[in-house]
Amino acid sequence: MIREDFPVLKQLVYGKPLVYFDNGATTQKPMQVIDTINRMLLQMNSNIHRGVHFLSEQSSELYENARRTIQDFIHADLSQEVIFTSGATGSINAIAFSFGERYVQEGDEVIVSEMEHHANIVPWQVMCGRKRAKLKVIPFNETGELDMDAYRNLFSQKTKIVAIAHISNTLGTINPVKEIIQIAHAHGVPVLVDGAQAIQHVDVDVQDLDCDFYVFSGHKIYGPTGIGVLYGKSKWLYEIPPYQGGGDMVDCVKFEKTTYNDLPFKFEAGTTNYIGAIGLASAVDYIRTTGFDGIQAYEENLKEYALQRLQSIPGLTIYGTSRHRIGIFSFLLNGIHPYDAGMLLDKMGIAVRTGTHCTQPVMDHFDVDGTVRASLAMYNTKEEVDIFCAGLERVKKMFS
Amino acid sequence: MTLNEVQEKIIEEFSIFDDWMDKYNYIIELSKDLAPFNEANKTKQNLINGCQSRVWLNAEFVEGKVVFTADSDAIITKGIVSMLIQVLSNRTPQEIKDADLYFIDRIGLKQNLSPTRSNGLLSMVKQMRLYAIAYEAKMNQKTE
Repeated sequence: MIREDFPVLKQLVYGKPLVYFDNGATTQKPMQVIDTINRMLLQMNSNIHRGVHFLSEQSSELYENARRTIQDFIHADLSQEVIFTSGATGSINAIAFSFGERYVQEGDEVIVSEMEHHANIVPWQVMCGRKRAKLKVIPFNETGELDMDAYRNLFSQKTKIVAIAHISNTLGTINPVKEIIQIAHAHGVPVLVDGAQAIQHVDVDVQDLDCDFYVFSGHKIYGPTGIGVLYGKSKWLYEIPPYQGGGDMVDCVKFEKTTYNDLPFKFEAGTTNYIGAIGLASAVDYIRTTGFDGIQAYEENLKEYALQRLQSIPGLTIYGTSRHRIGIFSFLLNGIHPYDAGMLLDKMGIAVRTGTHCTQPVMDHFDVDGTVRASLAMYNTKEEVDIFCAGLERVKKMFS
Repeated sequence: MTLNEVQEKIIEEFSIFDDWMDKYNYIIELSKDLAPFNEANKTKQNLINGCQSRVWLNAEFVEGKVVFTADSDAIITKGIVSMLIQVLSNRTPQEIKDADLYFIDRIGLKQNLSPTRSNGLLSMVKQMRLYAIAYEAKMNQKTE
């Protein structure tokens, strides 16, 4: 059983077995990833792409292997289309800046959706502010699905890019990204997909999706923090300027003019988080060794069970009821404040997230201040869902 | 009762609970003891915004003492607010400024007042001290 591979999950919290349902925020790490990071620090640490010595060559090779592992996992055409960043937020900020510099002018438009994480709103707002461009927003309906007709009508001659979540971190909705991309491409507009909540749950094939950019964080897919991926079609990555200058990203530095290194190094200024990248590759290896198909089937089954159990609790309202969803459930219980529910669940050993989940527009849509969010991962079990639902019943009683 | 006597009283009340849920049940009960907050005082100026829960705090200066009233949208926060009011309201500015709020730690609720818990409670305590400082300055001005 894979649960055994995750040391964190074995502990007691306040004397109770930990039920970790905050996987949307971050996931736990299997021993295999921890071992890889330890081995890097104990035996192989050396800066990459710099030295001629044994250790440096070894870590450089592992780092470039990690890039190929990611390339393979997301089915990218070329390994240089995989850029290592600090995380999904870092990746989006990089594209918002670089793409904006190259292509966005006063009066241009950027399309995002109402269900985006703040990380896929604010970087675009900052860029639009700088360029005097406008942000256009795709609304979602009461079930938490995007209004595709409204989306089609948002395009104009001024539309420069679409930035959209693959899966909503609050509603759990799986967006029809392939269709979204086709529509945008019909207008000649590129699309960035925020895969922070998708990469660990569904197959991602960037060539099949035909997305122009795809971003995700390592720590949400059982890898370390501080590492993430920016996939970009090479035709864009060649065209847009680097967003950070420094070592390793240059070809030739003269005070008169500096020329930049090739892809992917043009976008990897300074010493990268190579230990994080190698750790992330190890997490991807772990998933593939375990069997991603099997993981997805298990998660699907667990999600259906959790949904059915949650729906049977009187007084519980789920926000986001699309059929196309993963095991992320935002809800309110009998009008109980999410903070109150979260505090009491915590004392029962159950970890959930409470608040706005970095999606204030989603809260505004439903006219609530916040929700409780339970987000499941491959190591969660039906027994844990039962403990969680019993916990919710207990919370309800305490406030009745 | 002095400020510290109230703290001791609260610590004693909590000492009978060894289970977390009993403790929180009691906090929920305490939230009901909080004097009703005048809705008209739920102003933007009185609002202390945490990202998890909101607290409203109103202060008045009556005969040399600071009288606090407060409210919260979350019940557990409200219960803790109720204790802070018990300890700090109706005290002189000097007492509030000098107060060492050790009871929070002793009853095991330290995490509720840590900077990482953005429930507004830590800011509320800060705000209470600021009121004390402001009223003291006003008082000194008058006597000068």
